[in-house]
Formats: sequence, C-alpha cells, structure tokens
Amino acid sequence: MRNLLKLAASATALTLAAASAQAAGETVCLITKTDTNPFFVKMKEGATAKAEELGMTLKAFAGKVDGDHETQVQAIETCILDGAKGILLTASDTSSIVPAVKQARDAGVLVIALDTPLSPIDSADATFATDNYKAGLLIGQWAKAKMGDAAADAKIATLDLNVSQPTVDVLRNQGFLDGFGVDLADPNVIGDETDARLVGSDVTDGNEEGGRRAMENLLAKDSSINVVHTINEPAAAGAYEALKSIGRENDVLIVSVDGGCPGVQNVEAGVIGATSQQYPLLMASLGVEAVKKWAEEGVKPENTPGKDFYDTGVALITDQPVDGVESLSVAEGLDLCWG
Amino acid sequence: MSEANQNAQEFETAANASETVAEFEDHRRGVLGKLQHLLHVNPSFVPLIVLVGAIVIFGLLLGSKFFSPFAMTLILQQVQIVGIVAAAQSLVILTAGIDLSVGAIMVFSSVIMGQFTFRYGIPVPIAVMCGLAMGTLIGALNGWLVSRVKLPPFIVTLGMWQIVLATNFLYSANETIRSQDIEANAPFLQFFGTKFSVGGATFTVGVIFMLVLIFVLAYALKHTAWGRHVYAVGDDPEAAELSGVNVHRTLMSVYMLSGLICAFAGWALIGRIGSVSPTSGQLANIESITAVVIGGISLFGGRGSILGSLFGALIVGVFTLGLRLLGADAQWTFLLIGLLIIAAVAVDQWIRKVSG
Repeated sequence: MRNLLKLAASATALTLAAASAQAAGETVCLITKTDTNPFFVKMKEGATAKAEELGMTLKAFAGKVDGDHETQVQAIETCILDGAKGILLTASDTSSIVPAVKQARDAGVLVIALDTPLSPIDSADATFATDNYKAGLLIGQWAKAKMGDAAADAKIATLDLNVSQPTVDVLRNQGFLDGFGVDLADPNVIGDETDARLVGSDVTDGNEEGGRRAMENLLAKDSSINVVHTINEPAAAGAYEALKSIGRENDVLIVSVDGGCPGVQNVEAGVIGATSQQYPLLMASLGVEAVKKWAEEGVKPENTPGKDFYDTGVALITDQPVDGVESLSVAEGLDLCWG
Repeated sequence: MSEANQNAQEFETAANASETVAEFEDHRRGVLGKLQHLLHVNPSFVPLIVLVGAIVIFGLLLGSKFFSPFAMTLILQQVQIVGIVAAAQSLVILTAGIDLSVGAIMVFSSVIMGQFTFRYGIPVPIAVMCGLAMGTLIGALNGWLVSRVKLPPFIVTLGMWQIVLATNFLYSANETIRSQDIEANAPFLQFFGTKFSVGGATFTVGVIFMLVLIFVLAYALKHTAWGRHVYAVGDDPEAAELSGVNVHRTLMSVYMLSGLICAFAGWALIGRIGSVSPTSGQLANIESITAVVIGGISLFGGRGSILGSLFGALIVGVFTLGLRLLGADAQWTFLLIGLLIIAAVAVDQWIRKVSG
C-alpha cells in the first residue's frame, strides 16, 4: 500500500511537471477517429506544425477504433476542463456527439468539425471538409469520358465502406454515379438505383482485405464488370488483386478517392485510373489558425460561398486527362499526397 | 450411468492408448437417441450437415452461378485466413482457454516479414522466418503467463491483443507496403497467393496449406499422445496432472503452436491481399471464435473436433457469398451467423445430455 501511494505521488508530480512545462500559449485540442489511419496521422502532423508555428499547445486525442464514440466524448470533456480555446473534431458518431459538442460551445470553446460534418451540420461552429460529393462526381465524370461510347453499356460495380452507409460513403458513391450519368433515385441512399448497368454494391470496411472480398463477390455475380468505384485506395488495391487473379486487371477501370501516397503511386502504376485527392493537412492547419483567430479576436470562420461548410478542396489525379474534367498529373499529386 | 462416470471411462480407455477409441453403451431407444449418440461420438457431424445443407439450398436457389467449381473454390480462398486462424484458436479452446490475440499476432507477423525485407534488406526467407519466430515467441509468452503465472487465458490474451496491436502500429508507422513493390522485389512474400487451376477450380497455396494444416492437426489430436494430453488438460487439468500428463508443457506447446500458426496466417494474408497492411485482420479473433463455436468445439474445453472449425469457417463463407449473390443486405449475413452461433451451442448442450 505504501509503495502504491509513493508511486501515485510520484506519478502526480511527473504529470504536474509535464503540464507546467507545456503551459505555453493557448491550448487547442485535436480529436480524431483513430490515431492509426494515415489520414489522421497526417492531420495530427499538420495541426502540430501549425500550433508550434503560432506558439500554441496542441493536445491530440483519438478513439481506439473507428466508431469509438465514448473515448471522443471523454476527450471533449477533458478539453473543456483543460480550458482549451478550440476543439478540432473528426467525429465517429456524428449525431451522438452533438450534446458533448454543445457542452463545449456553451463553455466558450470553438468547435470545428474536420473532414466529417456533424448531423445537423450547424452543431459545430464550423466545418472544414472535402466536398465528398464533388470527389465522387469528378471520378464519375472522368470514368464516363474515358470510356466514351462504351459507357452506355458499362457494367458498374461500387465497393463502398460499410453497411451503416455513413455520410461520406453515400456522398462518394452517389457523386460517382451522378458523374457517370446514372439516375440516383434517392440521393441519400446507396443501392436504390434501377439502372441496368449497375451490377451491384458490396462493402469493404475501407481496407485491402475487404476490397478483395467484395470484388470477388461481385465478379461471381457478373464476371463482365468493367468499371469499379472504390471508397478509398486500400479498397481499390484489394479489388485489383481480385481482378488480377482472374486475369482481368487490364480491362477494368478502377476509380477511387483519397489521394494518399500509396494510392497516387497506384495511379502512376496503372492500378487505379484516377483518384480524387483530399487534403487532411490543410484541414488541420486551417483549423488551428481559426482557433487562434477566435482566441485573439473572437471571430468565427466563414463558410465557402454557396456551401454549408468550408471546402478545403479536392483535385482529380490522373495521367490520362479527359476533356471537360480538370485534373492534376500524378507528379503533382505525389507532391501533395499524404500518408 | 452418470455422465462423469462415462467421461472417466472414456479417459481410461484413452489413457491406455488401446486400439479402440472409447465406446459407450447405448441405453437410449429410438431414432432421436441414436442420432444423439452418433453426434456425441462424432462432434464434427453437426457442422458438416449444416454446411452440406447450406450448399444444397444456395445451389438450388442460385443454380450454376453458385454451384460451380469457380464459386466453390472462391469460398475456400475467402475463408483461408479465418480457417488458418481458427485452427490455432481451436487448439487453445480445446485446453479450455481462449486466444483473443490471434489477429494481432497474425498482422504483426506479416508486418515483420514485410518490414524486415524492405526496411533492413534482409533476404526474404529469413524475414519470413523472423515473422514466424515472432509469432511463436508471443504465443510462448501467452502460454507462460497462463500456465506458470496462472492468469486466466481471457485476461492474458486480452492484454496481449492490445500490446501486440499497438506494437504493430508503432513499429510499422502505419506504412502499407504496396503489392507491386512486393511483386517486383520480394515475390516470395506472396508465395501463399500462388494459384493453380484444376478445370475451372482455382486453388491457392494458402488454401492447400489451410486444408493440410487442419488434417494434420486432426490426426495429431486423435492419434498421438500429445493430442490426448491436449484433450485431457482441457477437460480437467488436475486429473490430467495426477495421471501423469505434464500440464505446463502441454499448455506451452499449444500456445506456441497457436502463435506459430497465426504467423503462418500472416504470411498467407500477404498472399491474399498482395500488400502488407498493418490495419488488416482487426476482427480475426472474433471471426475465428465464431468458426470454432459453429464448428461445435466446446468453449469449456476438452470436447470437439478441429475438423468442425474448418466446417464452421466454411459455413460462414457459404452464407456470406450465397446471400450476397442473392442480393441480400449484408446485415442479414450477420443476423444469420448470430443465430447459427446460438443454435450451435444449443445443439452442443443437447448432445451432452447423451447419457441415459
């Protein structure tokens, strides 16, 4: 018992020492879904660099796994207690987190949603995100133009995220179909379209394993699939493996979203035809700047005109540009890629 | 005759290592009683019946789309990882333990094989050996904590799961090694993905490995002294100790073997997905326990056949592909698998009441 007390006392002393050493400038919190996904790792890098530059202290929190809502609520509570000026949040559960966010805002903390809008979107003071619908739209338009006349008899497969159909999943999927010229029926639902060109959808959990399994399932349904939309580049890499195993990797067009470095390298290698790149580093650094401004001048960030969030931009990366769809080359994409 | 007595009798016969396997006098009359007895003696019959039934039903509903060499072998390819991990899980569960760290060991071993090759330029076969050795080492650590420190397996492997997963992320810096790079510089890492076709059916080295592994383990568990020790330790460690079984050594061998098999699963994983990705296999522990339970292995240890785990993994694979081809929402798969788990344990309990 005595030893335990000693241990506790020394631990407390250490924590206090660490805390006083960090008491430089205002505190800004970054709360991400996980700290393992390269996307969030990059976000943390961007926020840390910007906070250092502006003389602020950044504290990073993350859920244990994707969908870990509890840890995020605890993190918000910790930040309020800590007297943070602002919270940058990538919410795992966009509606359940709202009461915790309201608590923070009532305490005078600026809350900015990064990458994932809360529901409703105005629950946060501001949202800095990729326009995921536009990301989907770009690859859809590109795929349609790339196929030319063959697009009229295309066999389309979509490899989506998971069965709960989170917002980002729906936006990318429906954006792609819209860009390809498929009638969406309800634009808030994946899978209610009646276009005969659609072979089907399956879920990938956004990783290689799931991408391969989903592609195999859909190929078993119809082996003549020739255009594939994937939720992200790991899923695309898995889909490519499935196609390669039946020798069809060269006659199927794969498009994707993310713009991570391995993904852009896969565009270069011809595995992926085109991908829509997003900019997590920018989201985070703009977020830190906005908190600084709020702390000093009391001014909240503005939305992009015509949108209910601040659009941090998206760009199509491909080495096979088509008329009417703006794109960057792979070389430019590699300069801007993350992860 | 009470159940305990019958078990004891089964043991004595087993311990004598005679030619005949333990036999029961059948007191029960009627078809149901006979069936119950048959299932008691052959625990993997239940999942086999379910598996064949599922294949027949989906075959009737979907026709040649499902009932083809291509689709059948595709299911084998899709379940190979879970099947290999379920073999490891079966061994641990037979000793009345549970291993929650299987998926973490698998993915960490695959990351070691990849990173040792690409980061340090170690020749691929040696990097693979290092990955296999790491899996065995983690298994040994699990075994030692369970057997010597006497901690519950659930707690030990719950902790180990998180330790290994965190180590995996820290060590790999979350870096994915791309399929093309592996193909160009270290094709041996993808060895388990090598495929060969036999008239429309496609097999991979990973699938063959899974099948051979299960059959070898099934033989070892049924016909060697080590196998009988595994069952004995799972059924009643004190009694096993008293009758001369070295419980510590048996447990160590089981956990080390489990770790090694998971490391092989890691190698097979690289063959399956082409790349080395630290975020793979997050749910392998739950998926493997599901296969084992549906396969009729008792979570209380000492009962069940490892063949059942293979059938369990295949049942999940058949349902997943069949329902997707029927165009059902993926949630229905989860729902049915959940029902199967509960039904499997209910059937297991019914079979246990075999004594008259």
